[in-house]
Amino acid sequence: MTFRTYNDVAGEDRSRLAEQVGAQRARVAARLHSVRRVVAVLSGKGGVGKSYVAARIARAAAAVSRVGVLDADLRSPTVARLLGAKGPVRLTEDALEPAVTADGIRVMSTDLLLAEGAPLRWREPATERFVWRGAMETGALREFLGDVGWGDLDLLLVDLPPGADGATDLVALVPELAGAVVVTIPSEEARRSVARTMRAASEAGIPLLGVVENMAGYRCGDCGAVGPLFSGDAGAVLAGEFSLPLLARIPFVPDSASASPEDGVDAIVRACLGREVGA
Amino acid sequence: MKFLCLDCDEQMGFEERQEPGDGTFAAAFRCPSCGRGVAMLANPMETQLVGSLGVKIGGSTLDGDAMEFVRDAVVTGDTAIEAGAGGPARVRPRWSAEGEARLARVPGFVRGMVKRIYAEWASERGIPEITPAVMDQARSDLGLEGM
Repeated sequence: MTFRTYNDVAGEDRSRLAEQVGAQRARVAARLHSVRRVVAVLSGKGGVGKSYVAARIARAAAAVSRVGVLDADLRSPTVARLLGAKGPVRLTEDALEPAVTADGIRVMSTDLLLAEGAPLRWREPATERFVWRGAMETGALREFLGDVGWGDLDLLLVDLPPGADGATDLVALVPELAGAVVVTIPSEEARRSVARTMRAASEAGIPLLGVVENMAGYRCGDCGAVGPLFSGDAGAVLAGEFSLPLLARIPFVPDSASASPEDGVDAIVRACLGREVGA
Repeated sequence: MKFLCLDCDEQMGFEERQEPGDGTFAAAFRCPSCGRGVAMLANPMETQLVGSLGVKIGGSTLDGDAMEFVRDAVVTGDTAIEAGAGGPARVRPRWSAEGEARLARVPGFVRGMVKRIYAEWASERGIPEITPAVMDQARSDLGLEGM
């Protein structure tokens, strides 16, 4: 038996699913039209301080530009709290208005939506969630991008969950993604994990802007001296392997008040804003 | 998705859709040449699979409300989102205990979609509480009786 297949039949596809998905993408694009650059902060490994680095970039960038932070780590949101963002958030006619921090940073995170201490829970389906979880999470990320009133921004930082999936999902929703800052710690274990994510991000067409080595030593809160913390030089190795700048080596500090501009965060900000590193 | 009448080599035309409220989805098509009709009957899992993309089966001509998917799908804190000026005017109906008990009989993995159908119907009419009687009225109004 021979018969015509989908593309042979020129008539209307009543379900319009592709059209609806296209409309979703268009809604994201329209919302981000007023955002000059969208930059992801990614890592292959949890616990490297990615959200801490994202928060420091946001704070430093907010001193010279208009900044938003989207916490794409839906299941383990932390950056909103690090920035001091608080709810409730307000739903207007066409957008959910983000929280605004004292620094003027516009923030959206599941941390602002969930009850205190509650995990991310989906109402439905009650069973076989593994089948739909990815689609549901991407749907939430899509609305965080397209339905939040980001307004005019120079930079929208997207704090991704560990691993490559978040980055590839993001670039599917935001093809004009300006790039990603990669965060690692010095250890060899981190290097191996982060390298895999960098490869996946590169294969997805995401420009890598540079590497940040976090917890590169320990800065004493009293005397300011930096001593060893982890062995290894993953930041420099990854930067060399992928021909990227090592944007900063940030030491661990006992409290954020001990953070220093000399940590190199300005170089990360310049990379995020699309300005020459070192300019 | 398209339906082709093999005897006539003609694309069948869409006639109607039905969402009987049990998580399944049905759509009827008819061949414009020979008049033969077929019904596409999607099971709850197939229906949910499409719904999880945040799209509406059968097409949508209206823009959704802001954060519609998240507000429907994520269990949010009671006071996490507040209504701002110009926010969605439609009320979000609450569920009576009897309505929830009836809803609980729907298979879990499609209950959200079924719940949305009733909630949207009630919301559009300003009905503040969904009871079994409201559900029956919705089924009647939507032409879903007997399904």
